Amino acid sequence: MSGHEQFAENLALLALGSLEGEERLALEKHLQECASCRRELESLRGDLALLSLSTAGPKPPARSRERLVAAIAREPRRGTASSQRRSGWILAPSLLAAAFMLLTIFLMKQNSTLTQRIAAMDYDAAARQVELQHAHEIVATLTASDAMRVTLVAAKSAPQPQGKAIFVRDRSSLIFIASNMPAAPPEKAYELWLIPTRGAPIPAGVFKPDAHGSATVVNPPLPLGIKAKTFAITIEPAAGSTTPTMPIVMLGAGE
Amino acid sequence: MSPAQPRAGLSDAALVSAIRSGKEGAMAELYDRYSAVVYSVSLRVLGDTGAAEDVLQEVFLQLWRNPDWFDSSRGNLAPWLAVIARNRSIDVLRKRRPESDVEDVLLSVEPDMAGDADRAVVMSKVRTVLGGMPEAQRSVLEMAYFEGLSHSEISAKTGEPLGTVKTRIRTGLLTLRKAFEA
Repeated sequence: MSGHEQFAENLALLALGSLEGEERLALEKHLQECASCRRELESLRGDLALLSLSTAGPKPPARSRERLVAAIAREPRRGTASSQRRSGWILAPSLLAAAFMLLTIFLMKQNSTLTQRIAAMDYDAAARQVELQHAHEIVATLTASDAMRVTLVAAKSAPQPQGKAIFVRDRSSLIFIASNMPAAPPEKAYELWLIPTRGAPIPAGVFKPDAHGSATVVNPPLPLGIKAKTFAITIEPAAGSTTPTMPIVMLGAGE
Repeated sequence: MSPAQPRAGLSDAALVSAIRSGKEGAMAELYDRYSAVVYSVSLRVLGDTGAAEDVLQEVFLQLWRNPDWFDSSRGNLAPWLAVIARNRSIDVLRKRRPESDVEDVLLSVEPDMAGDADRAVVMSKVRTVLGGMPEAQRSVLEMAYFEGLSHSEISAKTGEPLGTVKTRIRTGLLTLRKAFEA
């Protein structure tokens, strides 16, 4: 900024928003012509931003986020619908130049809209990727062969076979985790059954516990929209059965 | 908008583009990333949690309405939001209408402040630099920035000549800049 030292201190005041009157007008006029001083002004604002960081610490209360969410929801929607208006232009030889200009404007708007859509799709794709990764991590943890599975029970009570079924009806999604299970008899396996509020029991996965008595069943094929009343476990041939073989060895109703 | 999951791969520019397309989730993510920056600056200036929350709302709502105000080619949002939050807070403090157009606030800053860890490093260094400044200089800088006092008001308050106040403000800012250039 050599040669512009007379503006140096006022630039800092302008960045702070405290330069007034003649001095401000003179500096603003100078800035229109001087790229070097414009750069220095931007750097001074950057310095002020650094100063801001000295305050970092307190976080806003959670209600602020909710308030912003509500405020945004009340805002007019944008982005999903194309906002460009079709110009009512008509091509005519005498209006060729004007028509070409309108076409250019239209294409620029179209380009802008498409750019926005691509950005939105990029965001959606990245967001889905993260959700997918998150889901993979959950399933990988639940099903890892080297996972440590611990069932907490009342102190001084002997370990009991336990099964936990987590079922989401709308998605027909089922995760079943068992622990402390005795080994199945030779050539046999355990089979999980979804017993609906109406109709016959539905097979929900065949499993054999590992050496520690742990087992998982993740998302077995199930019909959509079934309302489950209880889940049950029977001992079946290793390949599984289509109808349960009595007796039921474990049973649990929804909480 | 449920609390956003951390999406390390999404840059500020990508989030601002998504906001242009009306993606509320992107706005939530930017809020989660930078609300503490905006809030702490406003709280420092205004000294009142309710008023600071109002500025926080206003800044993010304005960004939602006018995402083009932020020029994403100029780095990340943190420093820009910090300056916008300070300016708006001073306006509130002085009970005046917003003085400058937000879109006119162009700035350039050396250190990267995109991540929490980056900002923590910057914060620590800024505090160290401020702590190492002569008391008179730091005090003038803070009066000018956080209290929004003009150089004339600072001169009247401290009894120092106007020229000295101006010099202290500028040299204080240059000292900060220099610490990050090294």
